[in-house]
Amino acid sequence: MSRCLADRSIDHVVLERGEVANSWKNERWDSLRLLTPNWQSRLPGYGYEGDDPDGFRTMPETIDFIERYADVISAPVRTNTSVTSVRTVDGGYSVATTQGDWRCRTVVIASGACAIASVPAVAEGVPSSIKTFTPMDYRNPDQLEAGGVLVVGASASGTQIASEIHRSGRPVTLSLGEHIRVPRVYRDRDIEWWMDAAGVLDEFYTEVDNLDRVRNVPSLQLAGSDDRRTVDLNSLTDIGVKLIGRFAGINDGKAQFSGSLRNLCEMADLKMNRLLDLIDEWETENPCDGGASPPHRFEPTRVEESPPLGMDLNSGEIQTIVWATGFRPDHSWLDVAVFDRKGRLRHDGGVVEAAGIYLMGIPFLRRRKSSLIDGAADDARDLSDHLAAYLDGAATER
Amino acid sequence: MSAPEMSSSGTPADNGVNVQALLDARKALAEAPEAAKFQWRAQCEWLEGTQSRSTVEGFFGLGEEQKHKSVFTFDADHPEVFASEDRGATPVEIVLAALASCLTAGIASVAQLRNIQLRSVTATVEGGMDIQGILGMDSDVRNGFDGIKVTYTIDADATPDEIKAIVAQSQKRSAVFDALTNPTNVTVEVN
Repeated sequence: MSRCLADRSIDHVVLERGEVANSWKNERWDSLRLLTPNWQSRLPGYGYEGDDPDGFRTMPETIDFIERYADVISAPVRTNTSVTSVRTVDGGYSVATTQGDWRCRTVVIASGACAIASVPAVAEGVPSSIKTFTPMDYRNPDQLEAGGVLVVGASASGTQIASEIHRSGRPVTLSLGEHIRVPRVYRDRDIEWWMDAAGVLDEFYTEVDNLDRVRNVPSLQLAGSDDRRTVDLNSLTDIGVKLIGRFAGINDGKAQFSGSLRNLCEMADLKMNRLLDLIDEWETENPCDGGASPPHRFEPTRVEESPPLGMDLNSGEIQTIVWATGFRPDHSWLDVAVFDRKGRLRHDGGVVEAAGIYLMGIPFLRRRKSSLIDGAADDARDLSDHLAAYLDGAATER
Repeated sequence: MSAPEMSSSGTPADNGVNVQALLDARKALAEAPEAAKFQWRAQCEWLEGTQSRSTVEGFFGLGEEQKHKSVFTFDADHPEVFASEDRGATPVEIVLAALASCLTAGIASVAQLRNIQLRSVTATVEGGMDIQGILGMDSDVRNGFDGIKVTYTIDADATPDEIKAIVAQSQKRSAVFDALTNPTNVTVEVN
């Protein structure tokens, strides 16, 4: 966004509560890599120039990428500046920060979708003898006691963390609800390549039937790794991870799990097959250079005959719980009446209901790829158009 | 609910479900969520032995008391192998029938929304139960089902995957499926 504003000579400042790439530096686990291939992170005027385009950036590499971008575009960043409030004033907004106040006509909220780890209410009933983590404070298996671990949530974070912890010798039970299964590689190409090429990632928010639903869809079960392994539930079961249903409640120290596990796994398989059908149809109409191996389907998710429905949390079987149950943004500093009855920001594709306020970087903000680094470019272009027109006082056609 | 798709034959499907009314209801309820608070009810009267008669007549919803068009009654009893008179289905069989009915209604609704013509839909429900639980013989054995299996046979104007997806979606939105697979607070009081 800063780059787009600079291109239009719109005077602006970027406020960052920590250092550039703060979340990547402080709120990610050690082994995390981007789950999108290196070539896929394309920022305005900047992309990957290394010799491993199909590889996956590590956290240090991601941090480096973002820091160098900030440098290359000479982004006007004020670091160690936390915004404490944004209020409406005559002519625009008053921004209070830990380093002084600003007045501005427009505000772009780019603080991300993952400021706060969402932990379900059921967590309150967990016995205090069990240590708990979220992906925000989890760093590596050595933080954890020896013994059993319950990982709750089977999206990208949950499956990666479950795999890593189980491989460290701590038996993992994975409690899962709705999840999105995809293979890493299909017909010789990365799944992200297919989704990018076939236009899946460019799907526009106005074309979607139930926008609320798609904005809350869990992240794909994907991980970046040198061996391009798939981190679906079968791969976890193969190494000995035990699957159980959604964490439904705690009664007297006994955790209760939903009996709908089989349905959720089947839905994920069906959804994956619909994506692969779409890819196959697209490839037939757009044959790949160098061809592609024939279409095929993956083994259905294996679910045991009678998955356990309960677990005694006081038995010592579980020493740690990792709540990989999603994230939400932190807009608590925004003192403007633009929230719905569930506390979510009201916006139309990133144009917030209050004049001059814009939102970046949330799932399906404007396109399916909006939650990816790659999505920022198109979103920033669209929204900076709108912002520029707003500053000019002109009407905007979207 | 997901987007309508074209039916294979190109003609609109009619499974007898008014999905437009459901979609309209969703819109209206989004503006008035209090109206979405329903309360379902049944009365039950002991007759004799293990036989009782349940009556369903009124419920609360859309902000006011509602009444069914007619009064529905069903008897329940225990079978002769339980040394009883077998004057009605067992309560647990009624639960299995409720599950099948709920899922079946969901299948019809989802198929209608996806413009898929159903020709026939039948379900067989099986619920395993070790009666040592209800006989109080073994505290390791639960009273309820140790597992429930529903098997659908569906003839419809759709591919096998489309049919599976309809059945999967029906479970996702089924009240009885949720009631059976997830915990529910149940309070029993005496006047």
